[in-house]
Amino acid sequence: MTQLALVIDLNVCVGCHACVTSCKQWNTSGAAGPMSDDNPYGPEPTGTFFNRVQTFEVGEFPNTDTIHFPKSCLHCEDPPCVPVCPTGASYKRKEDGIVLVDYDKCIGCKYCSWACPYGAREIDEHQKVMKKCTLCVDRIYSPALPEAERIPACVMACPTNARLFGDIHDSESEVSVAIRERGGYALQPEWGTHPANHYLPRHKTKMHIHEDELVRVDNPLKKEGFPPHDPREPALDDIN
Amino acid sequence: MNPALSVVFLTTLIGAGQGLFVAMYVAQAGGAMGALPVQDGVRFYALGSALSLLLLGGGLLASFFHLGHPERAWRAVAMWRTSWLSREVIALPAFMAAVFVYGALHYLGWNDNLFGAASPGGGWTYVAGGVGVLLCITLFVCTGMIYACIKFIEEWHTPFTLINFTLLGVASGFVLATGFSAFAAPALVKFFGAWAITLTLVALIFRAASLLRNKRIRHMSNLQTAIGVKHTKIQQKAQGAMGGSFNTREFFHGKSALFLRSVKWIFLVLTFVAPVPLLWLALSSGAAALFVLAHLVQFIGLIAERWFFFAQAKHPQNLYYQTIS
Ligand code: SF4
Ligand code: SF4
Repeated sequence: MTQLALVIDLNVCVGCHACVTSCKQWNTSGAAGPMSDDNPYGPEPTGTFFNRVQTFEVGEFPNTDTIHFPKSCLHCEDPPCVPVCPTGASYKRKEDGIVLVDYDKCIGCKYCSWACPYGAREIDEHQKVMKKCTLCVDRIYSPALPEAERIPACVMACPTNARLFGDIHDSESEVSVAIRERGGYALQPEWGTHPANHYLPRHKTKMHIHEDELVRVDNPLKKEGFPPHDPREPALDDIN
Repeated sequence: MNPALSVVFLTTLIGAGQGLFVAMYVAQAGGAMGALPVQDGVRFYALGSALSLLLLGGGLLASFFHLGHPERAWRAVAMWRTSWLSREVIALPAFMAAVFVYGALHYLGWNDNLFGAASPGGGWTYVAGGVGVLLCITLFVCTGMIYACIKFIEEWHTPFTLINFTLLGVASGFVLATGFSAFAAPALVKFFGAWAITLTLVALIFRAASLLRNKRIRHMSNLQTAIGVKHTKIQQKAQGAMGGSFNTREFFHGKSALFLRSVKWIFLVLTFVAPVPLLWLALSSGAAALFVLAHLVQFIGLIAERWFFFAQAKHPQNLYYQTIS
């Protein structure tokens, strides 16, 4: 079994939206037709995106942390959005676990979007069909692309390498190792959807300095049994 | 959720249509057992079935407005094994067909007894009606389960959803039947009226219970589980869209808490409280217009009730869409 997935490293995501724009660029130019964009330069721009980067502030000033949070379909292993679809337009591929929508079958009833707890599905207001991340299914197997580019557009675009792509059912894959060794976690695990995409936690790099690293306990100027040095007395360094 | 008028009308209209059919069938069964006066096939049953079909058809029509591609609606029968929506798409026309056959048999007077004269309930119309009632129950279950099966919309994920859809549909059908019988079968007015009042009050008990339940929900998901950060103070600063998105339009009703509260009280009064004295007055005075008024008042109440049902539901995806910037 294969389950392709993204692993997103919140520790290095800088919130640049490069994944958002490259995703849109690739997917709006594909055979499935453009993705809606209304008022792109007007006061109320809105449109269909497969991937969005959100920003959260954790904590209270001054102890705050900014978390940029890229969010797309998580290609759940037990996707609640699939069985509810009345037409079978939404389906999960057996061969690689990608959850897809067949735009020719979709009747635009929006029921699947209600059944996704993550808000990962967006209706295209012009094509009137449900859209969501395809994990660039039209890139990753494409013989037209050079081998190195057969990865999702977002992964290719990420300047900080915050997005890893691979098979989470292969225990030795980069993504599995990252999840295993770097605390990868799933979103809203309470609903048993088993998202394939995982997130690597934000962790601050801290210096841990212990007291005895500042004060040398084995100061050669002190001998065992001697009374501790009285700071009012001149030390050896003071005597020239 | 943001209530879609199409679905509000779909569920309320078919509920009333189903209820009216159940009322007719109950009256017919009562007639067969000798407990109620037997009614004219054409004037009461055929006309009543037509009225029921009108409501069901209105609901069906409304449902098309919910679809992005109504011309592909036929595809929705495909996944009946897994999808309650697909099951409803099958159950609704099947039930409509049964109501049509039921009305047509009455209209044509084809009621030969299948089991010999000894069994009073053996006529064709009884059989067709019995099938209709089964399909009617199936339809209520399907409609309710569409909402009740989504476990993370916790306001809906309860047996109350099913019970309320059914009770409210049947109650509104009986209120309608009372008014209809005032014109078509005056001998049944008292029977329908008494049941209409009873069912409305029973529905009130269950709807009130569900309101109380929903008031106490402690939602399983919160911002911490949504983004996986263990901190009690998390604030969204940007949601990745500056002018809103499908996610902000589909899942938020956009009304104030006060508006929501007002709708709640309005529907409680219009659906449950007002129709009872109206029916009472109509029963004692016999003024047919009052029956119609009772039905209209209750139906407007039901529209508000269904609006509230949707608006009250909090979808966990909303956790990701709190701040536009
Ligand atoms: S994230 Fe949502 S749309 Fe994607 S598979 Fe899971 S439930 Fe379905
Ligand atoms: S909107 Fe399309 S994909 Fe979603 S449930 Fe309806 S038919 Fe299926």
